Amino acid sequence: MDLGAITEAIVFYLFAAISVLAALGVVIARSPVRSALSLAVVFVSLAVMYVLLNAPFLAVAQIMIYAGAVLILFLFVIMVLNPRIDIVGGRPNAQTTAAIIVTLTLVLLLGAILSGGQIAPVTGQFTPEVIAREGHVQIIGNLLFSQFLLPFEIASVLLLIAIVGAMTLAKRDKNETAPTNR
Amino acid sequence: MLTVTHYTVLSAILFSIGAITVLVRRNPLLMFMGIELMLNAVNLAFVAFSHYLQDMSGQVFVFIVLTVAAAEVAVGLALVVAIFRARDNVDVDEIDSLKG
Repeated sequence: MDLGAITEAIVFYLFAAISVLAALGVVIARSPVRSALSLAVVFVSLAVMYVLLNAPFLAVAQIMIYAGAVLILFLFVIMVLNPRIDIVGGRPNAQTTAAIIVTLTLVLLLGAILSGGQIAPVTGQFTPEVIAREGHVQIIGNLLFSQFLLPFEIASVLLLIAIVGAMTLAKRDKNETAPTNR
Repeated sequence: MLTVTHYTVLSAILFSIGAITVLVRRNPLLMFMGIELMLNAVNLAFVAFSHYLQDMSGQVFVFIVLTVAAAEVAVGLALVVAIFRARDNVDVDEIDSLKG
């Protein structure tokens, strides 16, 4: 076994453990701010996974968009709303128990399905040599503007809709006064 | 040494943790975080398959999913802010005026 494979395995297991623990931290944390920060740890560890999977452009895009924009949006809304601290586990009612049972079934089922099979023999044309020769961003750009042009344009229209929608929803009405400092 | 199975099992675990977050926590902000967790798990599966099948379509798809997730979070959080302004309460179990 060469050093590269050992390093890859170590990094994978380490960041897989970090991401699972941080994801559990999102569920369990008592304060929404702590959940948001755990979520940031998940985003960054997934970015490391993308680097392991030879997708550095996506790793940087993940950090910029998720940890840089989505997370900040979450933190701003937490700051504006200032919600009460949400006690978890204080009331194990029927819905919570059912949810946990169903989700455990889901994870076992997904694990069994996804690990007991063989993927098709390698058929694609983008071997690591081709990617290294042409460049990650160039290949993604070529695909976005040729084969995936329609999803690209739809995504841009979707962003426009989201901008207009968010501004309309968050705007104050004319006769509503600004909140006083409580 | 690392096969695609490692990444897809990790994706399944993260997806389930996201699902538990949506189902158990009753604060809409936490539910959105669970949805983001689920989307990230799916992104990981896409990129893993893109690497092991040597096809870059998976990465382009993840790019689009990233865009959709960002747009969804923006609109969703604007909705949460609007609801909070109207009723000063963000427990989803108590917002049931439309319940039949």
